[in-house]
Amino acid sequence: MTIAPEAPAYTGPIAHLSREDVEQLGRELDAIRQDVLDTRGERDAAYIHKVIKVQRSLELGSRAILLGSIFPPAFVVGTVGLSIAKILDNMEIGHNIMHGQWDWMRDPKIHSSVWEWDNASTSEGWKHSHNELHHTYTNIVGKDNDLGWGIMRVDEEQRWTPASLAQPLMNFLNMCIFEYGIAAYDLELGKMRRLKKSGRDMPEGWHEMARNTVKKIRRQAFKDYVAHPLLSMATLSGPTTLVANLTANFVRNVWTHSVIMCGHFPEGVETFELKDIPENETRGEWYVRQMLGSANISGSKFLHLMSGNLSHQIEHHIFPDLPSNRYAEIAPKVRALFDKYGLNYHSAPMPQQVASAWHKVLRLSLPNGFLESTNVRNAPKQFGKLIKAVRGDTRTRRRLLKEFEAAGAASVGKAV
Amino acid sequence: MAEISTSTALLTPSKARRPGLRERFSRKAWELAETIATPLAPADYLDLFNPLRPGADLRGRIVKVTPETADAATIEIKPGADWEGHTPGQYVRVGVEVDGVRHWRAYSLTHGPRKDGLISITVKAVPDGKVSSHLVRRLHPGKIVHLEQAAGEFVLPSDLRGHKFLMVTAGSGVTPVIGMLRNLFPVTDEGVVEHQRLDVTVVHVAPSRPDSIFIRNLESLDEAGAIRLVTRYTGSEGRLDVDALTELVPDLKERRAYACGPAGLLETLQAWYDTEGLPLQTEQFRLATVVTSEGGTVAFKGKTVEAAGDKPILDAAEEAGVLMPSGCRMGICFGCVLPMKEGAVRDLRNGELTVARPGETGPEGIPIQTCISAAAGECVIDH
Repeated sequence: MTIAPEAPAYTGPIAHLSREDVEQLGRELDAIRQDVLDTRGERDAAYIHKVIKVQRSLELGSRAILLGSIFPPAFVVGTVGLSIAKILDNMEIGHNIMHGQWDWMRDPKIHSSVWEWDNASTSEGWKHSHNELHHTYTNIVGKDNDLGWGIMRVDEEQRWTPASLAQPLMNFLNMCIFEYGIAAYDLELGKMRRLKKSGRDMPEGWHEMARNTVKKIRRQAFKDYVAHPLLSMATLSGPTTLVANLTANFVRNVWTHSVIMCGHFPEGVETFELKDIPENETRGEWYVRQMLGSANISGSKFLHLMSGNLSHQIEHHIFPDLPSNRYAEIAPKVRALFDKYGLNYHSAPMPQQVASAWHKVLRLSLPNGFLESTNVRNAPKQFGKLIKAVRGDTRTRRRLLKEFEAAGAASVGKAV
Repeated sequence: MAEISTSTALLTPSKARRPGLRERFSRKAWELAETIATPLAPADYLDLFNPLRPGADLRGRIVKVTPETADAATIEIKPGADWEGHTPGQYVRVGVEVDGVRHWRAYSLTHGPRKDGLISITVKAVPDGKVSSHLVRRLHPGKIVHLEQAAGEFVLPSDLRGHKFLMVTAGSGVTPVIGMLRNLFPVTDEGVVEHQRLDVTVVHVAPSRPDSIFIRNLESLDEAGAIRLVTRYTGSEGRLDVDALTELVPDLKERRAYACGPAGLLETLQAWYDTEGLPLQTEQFRLATVVTSEGGTVAFKGKTVEAAGDKPILDAAEEAGVLMPSGCRMGICFGCVLPMKEGAVRDLRNGELTVARPGETGPEGIPIQTCISAAAGECVIDH
């Protein structure tokens, strides 16, 4: 993509906007932000205090009920309650507090610098990889590790390799053990392995961070899989408590993974190449990248709460440090700006967004054009070619990939 | 006495060192509680049930708010179980949420230790005073506030015999003095009880009588002969200077003196007592900014804050959302001290410049009091 000197950085969906339009849009978003800052106060503080209180009561109550989890109703109620409590802790409470959304309250217990969450990854590591990297380099391929967590092909422009075929499975496994996936990804394990292989030193502080993560994982696992089950042994409910805790962590993993996939992965959400980002990206340009690189989930108040208001991913990415309870309130204003500037406000119900995100994972696990050009009739032939592409040498593979791409383009053209 | 107890300890070392069974058990139980509560602390859950319990962070529950004047109110608070009591004249720091933001202020305790275990403060709503207005007008019984243990040196000597006292109070500066007086002269249904004959003169300065908090208390103590009250209403009688004071209190020099009020009055009095070579005990609640600084930026770990030259670094950082240690906010308690690695700050009370230069300053930096220091350039603070 080449950039005309006067054109904004990203052509495509914003080709119709002038540089001045982009900056004006930035100013209008700034005004929305200022509006919230000016009215931030008692009502917002009461909100987070209430959510924290509800979460703690729910967790305490559920754990108490699980002490008698040998009785099936207690098992069911306790497991459901604990799952919800863990999700609230991670999403609406932990994620948002660690963003500094509540730092303005000057409450030394509810502050991004001290908050710790019920998750394998340490708040320290997560704040670095999430706040600093993901929110700064949103959807820039290769810079934003959230995009495929460094283990997936997330953009057509990334080279397809036979290993890409495994990514739906990888994504599924990552979903099941998501809290550990995040912990590994916060430590940038993949990158560190490469560093080690090439004989280079780990970055300063990495070893300490790794030690802290191991310590945290141990403490977390001991609590859920040893201490609580042991306490339940008084009523012979140890094994059921263990299963309940495993289930709650699993449910939390699947839920958070799904919500996060919906944020940036559904089909139609833009990804960016580093080379297309101007060196001095203006505030307006940064806003536009956040607007086009995020997707919302529409749904009930309960869904918004359980998603940590990441269902308002667009609003969150534009204003990551505004209190989460305000995202729903400003959403209509933000949406009006999308309409005014002719941008696509990507929002859909959760099942649709999850399906769309998985579709993208599956589509990109296959060579470009493969999915589009395959139908029931030509399937055996297509798969034969695919196997050839996996087994063949580089030249054969390159030729076949080109064929797929051409066939894909042709069939899309026909459909239109 | 001390020697004997030392030797006893030496004779039975095992007894002194090994904690008792009960103690060991409760320590283990606590460790278990920490394990099952991680990553939160057991206290986070216990606070759901009783925020005033022993072992909790010190808090208090508002019991009653009683108006004193048009813009002042007395607030009675039930302190948490770990409240250690106080000496009349001392102050307590109260942390309260105003518009969702926690603010801390120091207020004199206006009673001696009470039988019902409550503590009381009296607050005057100052113009533009966010916190004081909130406390006087919007605080309701049942609300939980944060507390620190009582502190302050503005107290009477433990042995009162042979002393004659002078107490100069101006405006809401009457609050620590009323705490002392109420403790000395409890009021019962039969009137003022005078346990001991004391010679106390109170000089009270205020714009007018209706503006005076506790004026009826002072007057009734005067009528009962417990104190001699001299009022000076500046609205009609003009400012109080030292000449006027010597006139009002002829035996001024024989009296042990206490003064509480605005900075201007205290400085005048202090200067006079210093030249006379006499001691004066003063109490002040707010930082009196005398000079301003150049201003600049202050870099904390993870955040850089623009700090104006007339604003303490503590305030600037808090407004930017940095979690800061704090205490008295007037340069007394050293609860806000942080190491400055490089840069320059100016003391807002006297303009004194403190400079930290990388290379010349040790790696641990120079400790600065953030509550009275304003930035004078680009500072780096290790916090």
